[in-house]
Amino acid sequence: MTVGGRASVVPLALAASACSYQHYQSTFGNAATEARQFNILFVIFLVICAIMYLAVIAFLVASIARRRRAGEANTVEEGRHHESNPLMRTALISWGAVVGSGLVALAIASFIADRSMASAAANEKLSITVTGNQWWWDVQYNAGDNSKMVRTANEIHLPVGVPVRIYLKSNDVIHSFWVPSLAGKQDLIPGRDTDITVVPRKVGIYRGQCAEFCGAEHAKMALVVDVDSYRDFIKWWQHQLQPAPAPATPLAKAGYAFVTSRNCSVCHAIAGTPASGTVGPDLTHFASRRTIAAGAMPMSEGNLYGWVEDPQSIKPGSKMPTIGLEPNELHAVVAYLETLK
Amino acid sequence: MSAHVPERVRREDERLARERQKIARDGPKLKGAKLEARLERTWSRPRGIIGWLATVDHKEIGRRYIVTALLFLALGGVLALAMRVQLAQPDSALISPQRYNELFTMHGSTMMFLFAVPVMEGVAVFIIPLMLGTRSTAFPRLNAFSYFMYLFGGLLLWGAFLLNIGPDIGWFAYTPLSGPQFSPGKRADIWAQMITFTEVSALAAAVVLVCTILKTRAPGMTLARMPLFAWAMLVVAVMIIFSMPAVALASSMLISDRLIGTNFYNAYEHGDALLWQHLFWFFGHPEVYIIFLPATGFVSVITETFCRRPVFAYPIVVLALISTGILAFGLWVHHMFATGLPRVGYSFYTSASMTVAIPTALQIFCWLATMWDGRPRFQVPMLYVVGFIVTFVIGGLSGVIIASVPLDLQLHDTYFIVAHFHYVLIGGAVFPLLGILTYWYPKITGRMMNETLGKIGFWMIFLGFQLTFFPMHLAGLLGMPRRVYTYPAGVGLELPNLLSSIGAFVVAAAVVLFVINGLFSLYRGAVAPSNPWGASTLEWAAASPPRPYNFAHIPVVESRTPLWDAEGELPVVTGLRVDEKEILLTTVVAATPDLREPVPGASLWPLIAAIAVGVLFVSSIFSPWAVVFGAIPAAIATAAWFWPKELKRHPEPVIS
Amino acid sequence: MSSRCRASFAFIAVAALVAGACNREERHSRAKPIGETVPAGESPDTIWPGGTVPQTLDPRAKLYDNNAPAISQGQQLFTQMNCVGCHSHGGGGMGPALMDDEWRYGGRIDQIATSIAEGRPNGMPSWRSKLTTDQIWQLAAYVRSLSGQPSKDAVSSRAEAMSNATPQTLAPREPAHTSDTAEQ
Repeated sequence: MTVGGRASVVPLALAASACSYQHYQSTFGNAATEARQFNILFVIFLVICAIMYLAVIAFLVASIARRRRAGEANTVEEGRHHESNPLMRTALISWGAVVGSGLVALAIASFIADRSMASAAANEKLSITVTGNQWWWDVQYNAGDNSKMVRTANEIHLPVGVPVRIYLKSNDVIHSFWVPSLAGKQDLIPGRDTDITVVPRKVGIYRGQCAEFCGAEHAKMALVVDVDSYRDFIKWWQHQLQPAPAPATPLAKAGYAFVTSRNCSVCHAIAGTPASGTVGPDLTHFASRRTIAAGAMPMSEGNLYGWVEDPQSIKPGSKMPTIGLEPNELHAVVAYLETLK
Repeated sequence: MSAHVPERVRREDERLARERQKIARDGPKLKGAKLEARLERTWSRPRGIIGWLATVDHKEIGRRYIVTALLFLALGGVLALAMRVQLAQPDSALISPQRYNELFTMHGSTMMFLFAVPVMEGVAVFIIPLMLGTRSTAFPRLNAFSYFMYLFGGLLLWGAFLLNIGPDIGWFAYTPLSGPQFSPGKRADIWAQMITFTEVSALAAAVVLVCTILKTRAPGMTLARMPLFAWAMLVVAVMIIFSMPAVALASSMLISDRLIGTNFYNAYEHGDALLWQHLFWFFGHPEVYIIFLPATGFVSVITETFCRRPVFAYPIVVLALISTGILAFGLWVHHMFATGLPRVGYSFYTSASMTVAIPTALQIFCWLATMWDGRPRFQVPMLYVVGFIVTFVIGGLSGVIIASVPLDLQLHDTYFIVAHFHYVLIGGAVFPLLGILTYWYPKITGRMMNETLGKIGFWMIFLGFQLTFFPMHLAGLLGMPRRVYTYPAGVGLELPNLLSSIGAFVVAAAVVLFVINGLFSLYRGAVAPSNPWGASTLEWAAASPPRPYNFAHIPVVESRTPLWDAEGELPVVTGLRVDEKEILLTTVVAATPDLREPVPGASLWPLIAAIAVGVLFVSSIFSPWAVVFGAIPAAIATAAWFWPKELKRHPEPVIS
Repeated sequence: MSSRCRASFAFIAVAALVAGACNREERHSRAKPIGETVPAGESPDTIWPGGTVPQTLDPRAKLYDNNAPAISQGQQLFTQMNCVGCHSHGGGGMGPALMDDEWRYGGRIDQIATSIAEGRPNGMPSWRSKLTTDQIWQLAAYVRSLSGQPSKDAVSSRAEAMSNATPQTLAPREPAHTSDTAEQ
């Protein structure tokens, strides 16, 4: 494509790019009540602000383009620089009134939207606690009974149409939980408890990211939110309650032996095995997740090899060290991890 | 005089009166070239490097501020280009995360602390005494001290960056990320101490400006006749005095946490991570108005001159400046809408944030009405004013959008915010700054900048800016958070980022062109008369560039546009000494002549004090004992500085 | 006031900024390239009884000993790996105190690293199969900071946690004696 051809396509492409693909990480995603209310309010604000802007530009253009006959303007050359057009005084007051009432209207619209979002999310049926760490998300589904508690990492499954309240805590620095297609963000602040309520409305997969600078790998602290039908959600949740399956093949068994006796179990937990570290993400159903390392890479065998062997080359500065596994150890570990569906 | 005066006292008084008659004063007898020669002798500083370091001439100090600030603008801009190269493509591995974090920290800190506020201060320090019709600022040595503190703060930050120990915590350094556990080493301390340097500098400059504007105005320049730029700087200086201590306190508490283990920001010991945010933004929000209001002053100045009439509704503009300054202190929580504070309380800050738009909207109306009522001439400064209006209003309206809590919860900490603040800061402050530098260039250097190059530069920067920052609104809406060293492919962020990166280079080229124009015009520009633009304010009555004493006689002002209303020559007052440096103090509101105030001569003590205080600050990063022991040389230097001085030549006999 | 405080003064502070800076602030995100790991069981022998001349210091010591990010990582690992369970926050309990001047198996960073990697009699577990060499050395650097050994510029004053010791930037520097000198 020539340079000239490219230039002409740019404005169209900009518009098209906003409309053409699935909005799984964008405020246009419209996948939850909160996101929809945002979009409605945003359009209201945009329209009123655009009208105000056009008024300013119109006045500017008129002032520039206005044809003044000789001796008509109130300038120092014409000796009338101490006078002004009497119309301007009225115009000033009306301008002030218009701007003031416009802002009042916007403030009221904002307040109404705020209250309406608060009431829409009033009765939560599901409660999740997300704890932010550098640079991954610890997800826990709260339940009255400990045996019904699900712990996972970097991925949340939600049933469509059910209000869910996500309690937010932090283990280290300030993070921010943000899934733009679903709702606005809320910070995770150490020493404070915040929460956010979301009512997902559309089945689909959405991506969120940490939105408060939290250190070296802030850019790679993403999470996946999977909104399912109620039945699929229950199926997923019941599967998550199961402990990790026992390894079947000799390679997987060797991997199991490595994982539970060597470096891995010091930081990671796998339900149903002796691995019970609390430092890193829970790996019980690791292979069923869609991404590795908080959205750094999609889940696949090759990516798993790369991550387990040398996490520091993919996410330098992350807390998972490059252990330096021997090839046979690596094969075994990956084989075992792949059984953790 | 009812008491009986003894004969010998009366004869003594008469003798002293005759002595006083012998002192040379600036007219009515002594005038013209003879007067100017004597004033030149009295007001010039010593030649050579010592004199250069010891100067208290506000014009020299102002020029230094401007040149240093523009240097930091260039450095900060280079960092921005590096960031844009990294972000031009998704999943880019050009710059490591650690380096990228340092880049955006340095870019933000340089632009906000080392460029934006100092350049406004510098322009003010240069032009305000000229605009007010006096020969010097108040407290000229404090003025010199403030420049050196600023310079040392900038050197500290950039020295650290170039030595690879620069801060990497963002320009507002939230705790606990900037706390002792998560920012090991001294990087964050260097950042925090740079804050202390620049805050002390800004406070000193603010004190100088307040006292200059309130007390040294020309006789007859009542507050109601004061130029709008002086009003803007008065409001800004008061804002600095009230807001800077908050951030100096916050950064000192941070250093204390990091150095001696206090728990101000440690939630586990009943401190609070949010304390930092409150203290920082209590300063941080007024800070952006501290940057913006001088620019509104610039716009008023340019609009008046280039529309050939004073700004419409002067009282409204003054009230708008004052109310913006006051309201700016009530908005800071809008930076914290995502932190989980009570929602109903947030609504107050939404309303306050929207309210602050009203005075600015009125100011914009007044400028547009001035254009409507006058005959605008679209030379380069006026082009920048038009560019300002077109650009800043977009930024202001995106600000109204994010003032709403539900909207901000989606847009906070995304590229939408980056777009917003660049629109208001570049559109609202840098465009007027470039305009005013072009406008006051003849006054500062005695030559005119090249008009053609100026026009090309304007269009380049205006269009390049739109190309760079408009797509960022979309990037934010498409889910791109701030401060990310890369972004994934496939979420629609490639195109906005690529456009922004291309635009950034266009803006950089425009800035280079502006600098080339400035340097080229220094040697080849048309020589400027004292009032090349036909403007109305007093600074254009002085020579271009002004003599060290600014004005041969102190002018008297009878209207808001003295040079337009004076028939023939300006009326003047006479009576200031020419053998000593002296300025006329007038009363605060009515500007009636009040006192004659001696002005200190060139002195090295401000520099020495700045070095001593600088050493105190830098070494207190490493040891708390430095506060105790470093205070000693600082105390000695300041004592020497404040030591009462005698007039060098003939003290004025006092009649009892 | 120790010489360490005096050293932080005036223009020496500037020199410290320059000279000490490079190592103190450097973040080594990957300690060694893949393929050069120290195989399990090969920590250098770091106990030299009787009048033996100690081995020269491992070149890795420079990378960790006064390195602020390493000490900070070690601080986090100290809690995460439950060293506090036996050693408390340096005061000791089931395990010996780490903030005093007695070092049964030596107080040099390589000696501490070997103690962590190999374990020691009477209860110190061996970590060489659980932690990477990089992590072990980070822990060793932190353990040294509990008794004030590294330069005060490199240690963090406190963790973001409940207060449990004197802030480390104010902790006195203990001499590193072997444990039997007290009994002599």
